[in-house]
Amino acid sequence: MLITCPYCGPRDVIEFTYQGDGNRERPDPASQNFEAWNAYVYDRLNPAGDHNEIWQHSGGCRAHLRVVRNTLTHEISSVAFVRGDHGSSARHKAEDKA
Amino acid sequence: MVERQSPLEPEFHVGSHGNFEHGVEILLTETKPGSIVQLAAWPGEEKKLIASIRSVTGLALPDGAGGGSSDGVKSVFGFAPGKFTVADEAEGLAASFAKAVTPSVGTVTDLSYGRTAIRIAGPKAEWVLAKFFAIDFALPAFPVGAGRSTAHHDVFAQIQRTGADQFDIYVFRSFARSFWKALCHASEEVGYEVQ
Repeated sequence: MLITCPYCGPRDVIEFTYQGDGNRERPDPASQNFEAWNAYVYDRLNPAGDHNEIWQHSGGCRAHLRVVRNTLTHEISSVAFVRGDHGSSARHKAEDKA
Repeated sequence: MVERQSPLEPEFHVGSHGNFEHGVEILLTETKPGSIVQLAAWPGEEKKLIASIRSVTGLALPDGAGGGSSDGVKSVFGFAPGKFTVADEAEGLAASFAKAVTPSVGTVTDLSYGRTAIRIAGPKAEWVLAKFFAIDFALPAFPVGAGRSTAHHDVFAQIQRTGADQFDIYVFRSFARSFWKALCHASEEVGYEVQ
């Protein structure tokens, strides 16, 4: 499986670390809403198809990436910096596919 | 300054090695830069940092990810968004950057004692490196001056192409000797010379 890092270009999956489900929204740390915390920690969509994920290019530029991966085919349909665009430093636009 | 010892020394054997009867196709050496510095810009401050790099080193960074340049004495390349590695044959680069890069622009990290720079050159340099790293070493994909961040068996490596068939590899000093030995083994079948 190749992931096209927006900075480094296409790289083998061995250079990346999975950082979890990208659909989660962390409640405010001061929140006492236990249902929201429970959902954040335990509830997962587990789709058979496109899935929003967070990956880190830990063996490269170390940027955190927002990846859409198909859980059936492993096709990567989009990769973008979690932190947003880094201006002209991005070599590959998010729509470029691996 | 304290004299710096090479971590490669016990395994650094000058001369020709391996299968060199038909010629030496790889040259290996340690470039021993006096300064290795990493610079990181806060988000939105990248252009100011690039201007500081230009004022301190005289090197202009080409636009785009992994862009870099080298004048043979000083080298610079991008290795991550807003982050750059700069090397200089002379010592004292970190002090120069500490004056030029203010805390509001970014950070300066002196890695002169933390990294070892190994140079691999020769007609088979791309071929040997392709055994180590799953990246495209062809000249159109990896132009002269450009840098790449990658890893070999989880050991980080930053690679700058400093010539059509020449690459400078920056590895952790503590892993440098084993990486050097691996590089020598990988070069054996085409014949290599240590200089």
